[in-house]
Amino acid sequence: MISSNPFAELPALITPGAMKAYVVLMVLLVIGGVILDIKHKRSAEYFFEKGRALKKLAKREVSSGEKMSLAVGTLANEVLASGEFENPDRRKSHLMMMYGFIFFVLTTASMIFSLPLAEGEKASFITGLLWHLSAASVCVGAYWFWFKIRADVRSEGHEWYDVHLSDLFVVSLFLMAAGALAWSIFQGSMLGGLAFFIFIAAATTLFSTVLWSKFAHMFFKPAAAFQKKVAKADGSLDKLPEVPELTDPVVKERFPDIPEYMGDKPEYMGLGIKREAPSHY
Amino acid sequence: MPTFVYMTRCDGCGQCVDICPSDIMHMDSVVRRAYNIEPNMCWECYSCVKACPHNAIDVRGYADFAPLGHSVRVQRDEEKGVIAWRIIFRNGEKDMTLLAPITTKPWGQAIPQLADESEPSQEMRDSQHLFNEPKYIRLDDGGLHTLESNGLKLKAGVYY
Repeated sequence: MISSNPFAELPALITPGAMKAYVVLMVLLVIGGVILDIKHKRSAEYFFEKGRALKKLAKREVSSGEKMSLAVGTLANEVLASGEFENPDRRKSHLMMMYGFIFFVLTTASMIFSLPLAEGEKASFITGLLWHLSAASVCVGAYWFWFKIRADVRSEGHEWYDVHLSDLFVVSLFLMAAGALAWSIFQGSMLGGLAFFIFIAAATTLFSTVLWSKFAHMFFKPAAAFQKKVAKADGSLDKLPEVPELTDPVVKERFPDIPEYMGDKPEYMGLGIKREAPSHY
Repeated sequence: MPTFVYMTRCDGCGQCVDICPSDIMHMDSVVRRAYNIEPNMCWECYSCVKACPHNAIDVRGYADFAPLGHSVRVQRDEEKGVIAWRIIFRNGEKDMTLLAPITTKPWGQAIPQLADESEPSQEMRDSQHLFNEPKYIRLDDGGLHTLESNGLKLKAGVYY
């Protein structure tokens, strides 16, 4: 079961052509939604405006080669490893959801576009296995985020069932993956039919509500992370101060509080506020 | 001017929500990013600005240390134990950095054990030396409607 192609049983009810058309429609909805989102939030306009403002403060020109290496670094750290998250639990949960979602979408498309299967042809074992594992990964990541990590629950003291419009993305993502898994397990039964309905309704909601959900963050977050790296490289530092080396004699002379309170060789002061998760309720 | 959040920098981690002494940094119910729900009640205390791991919160500094139109940004480096401020004037010509220790003792060496303290005396209550858990000044007797309406209790022994 875990390695089967659940869509192989569907052609009796829905034609492969209709399934393929649905996948293409969802892709088009995401592209359209992202463009609309960028236009109505004016995020692209703001992004380039900020870039121009920081350029005025730049202390040096960043070469194209350097920008390319920063882009590769952003891809490796912020995009592929979700390196921007300070909270390790949130990072793990995000990675589970992100990779689960990517593989779920790819394997779903691959399974649907391989239909109809020829007489006696078997569905790909690897694709079926990946589809089930990625759906389970999305479920675990989203479940963890929803009950344990969400700031509304942890910092604001809201109940886990307190749902807002901002939860549209994570709830529809979780329902889509959970519905898909349940449908695969109970296929052919009444329960399977209900799970399939939830799966399709959640997937349609997820892909058609880009304008109101957080889907567009996939595109603007890497751009913002790259801009941050460029600001560090060109010396503008996003108008932030640079924390110098405290043992430097010039720093000690300029800021006499440092040797007075911290001695000649300032010791490691510990993690301070980062020791604790924000949950003081 | 009160705090505001750069939406592309915020990742909704909740550090500012947790630390705000006025309880006015909250999560937006549409985009799940932090925002100041009551700008006119903001003290501009910079707690959230310093706590934000992504430097996503900004505030215009007080006019007594920098003129209008300037930028004041802060970087708190807990590991080094210092806090750095950068002030850039409107004309861009004045660009200065200030640096100071966050604390005079390493983290974890001067923890107030407030939970173990007994009730403050009347003399302490009448003086500048009053210190203790909020329960002794009856903060959790129902005076904080946000705690009451959310069915929450103040936690004892909290320190930063």
